[in-house]
Amino acid sequence: MSLQEAENAIIEEFSMYEEWLDKYEYLIELGKSLKDFPESSKTDEKLIKGCQSRVWLDYKIEGGKIIFNADSDAIITKGIISLLIGLYSGRTPQEILSSDFSVVEKIGLKENLSPTRANGLVSMIAKIREIAYGIEGLD
Amino acid sequence: MYMLVNDIRNMFPILSRKVYGKNLVYFDNAATSQRPQSVIDEWNRISAESNANIHRAVHCLADEATQAYEASRDAVRDFLNAEFREEIIFTSGTTASVNLVAFCFGEAFVKEGDEVVVTEAEHHSNIVPWQMMCQRKGAVLKVLPVDDDGHLMLDELDSLLTEKTRIMAVTHISNVLGLVNPIKEIIDRCHSKGVAVLVDGAQGAVHCKVDVRELDCDFYVFSGHKLYAATGTGVLYGKKKWLESMPPYMGGGEMVGTVRFSGTTYAPLPMKYEAGTQNFASAATLKSAIDFINLLNNSELNKSIDEIRDYILHCLNKDQRIRLYGVPRGTSDEKIPLFSFTVDGVHHEDLALILDKMGIAVRSGQMCAEPLMDRFGVTGMLRISLAPYNTIEEAEYFVKCLNKAIDMLI
Ligand SMILES: Cc1ncc(COP(=O)(O)O)c(C=O)c1O
Repeated sequence: MSLQEAENAIIEEFSMYEEWLDKYEYLIELGKSLKDFPESSKTDEKLIKGCQSRVWLDYKIEGGKIIFNADSDAIITKGIISLLIGLYSGRTPQEILSSDFSVVEKIGLKENLSPTRANGLVSMIAKIREIAYGIEGLD
Repeated sequence: MYMLVNDIRNMFPILSRKVYGKNLVYFDNAATSQRPQSVIDEWNRISAESNANIHRAVHCLADEATQAYEASRDAVRDFLNAEFREEIIFTSGTTASVNLVAFCFGEAFVKEGDEVVVTEAEHHSNIVPWQMMCQRKGAVLKVLPVDDDGHLMLDELDSLLTEKTRIMAVTHISNVLGLVNPIKEIIDRCHSKGVAVLVDGAQGAVHCKVDVRELDCDFYVFSGHKLYAATGTGVLYGKKKWLESMPPYMGGGEMVGTVRFSGTTYAPLPMKYEAGTQNFASAATLKSAIDFINLLNNSELNKSIDEIRDYILHCLNKDQRIRLYGVPRGTSDEKIPLFSFTVDGVHHEDLALILDKMGIAVRSGQMCAEPLMDRFGVTGMLRISLAPYNTIEEAEYFVKCLNKAIDMLI
């Protein structure tokens, strides 16, 4: 599935939930299913300090693709992270940079990205782009 | 006077709004309280009818605006039972008041090697200004700790106060713990050693009857926006002897006697500390807010908020998953209707996000009290804080929603 297709699939998935609590329920399940970071990897370099929740982001490069790994101490944030990882992990830097990352907004989580709420997420998206940009620059 | 909670609710237009289609349950009153129509009206009245710079001009509008502003000063003086009206200084809030005292008291009375005492339960606003002053003056900041239940460890106070201690800054009620501190005893013990005391009344002024003469505190500070008045208003009460012997804080218009390049003399109190154009339209609402509080105090409603507090305390205490910070030891009257807690295995942010979508506004995070978070070994807490316009039905709805949210998350 192309990145665009994957983004559209998620937008469609979310449009099925009308109630906010159902969206959260879904994100909580996603968050719970995302593998925990090993405690030893929760280092300060990998920490993206948010307002309330903490987010850790790690990556490696395999065959020209970036494999992301992330964790958070808050489960809803972790669910959103899981969504982002599902979308952007295993893609080339070029693919990632071609996205406008509007998917989070389109699934109605924009308020979760507002500065007072979870700027950890804003920083995480910025970090994903930054990593992709840095690696693309190496080519 | 007999008033029902609905009579009070009807005075607060915001309480009838909905969030995400649900009735708003506003449980974040310790951060900022809502405003009654009378406060909104007073601000509008000044803006629409009497907007003119105060204290300066002789025209009619200036006179009206000045009168409204000064009427608030009289209302605050009565509210605190201060001896002189010029002991009431208007500021932009608690933070500004503490900074003013930390700076000016520091300039006048603190020298290298001196000591300042704060407590572990302070809001950042009552820590950082003192740290800055200590840094500037080469003084030492000492800390009175709290115990596991959140009570100040008064046994340690006497050993903290030395002949080098100049001032102690203590909160009347912590915005995290919600326990009424024994400030009268602290003040007496400080005074017996010649130490001045500043009381942070940001929460105390809202929940306690404050009599600065009976307390004998040297400074008492609070914010208008937590006390039903407009934002950007604050009060510094200071004993005249201190306010007269400290230097001014900011220089500018209206705080002067005569200005010459060869030297300037300062205006008498209270103007000495009110440099520049003041936030007069907002300050005028302090009087309306105090009128509202007096109305409240003459009603039975404070009793009903006590019952709601006891109900929530009971529900939180009996839930094994919940850890409450600030546990009353004697009667529950030691505690205001403010509860900070964590839930085992659940992040406070998740709870706050879900409760928000259920229409309930709560606070989550460090609550400007990182040292206290460290003390209890947590990264943050969830806090609910109630006002007299909150109802038992809202409290029951909250308990139900909290349980549902925890079930979703565990
Ligand atoms: C105990 C306490 N002190 C100080 C403050 C700071 O008040 P303000 O932000 O209005 O200056 C607050 C409010 O958050 C508080 O609760």
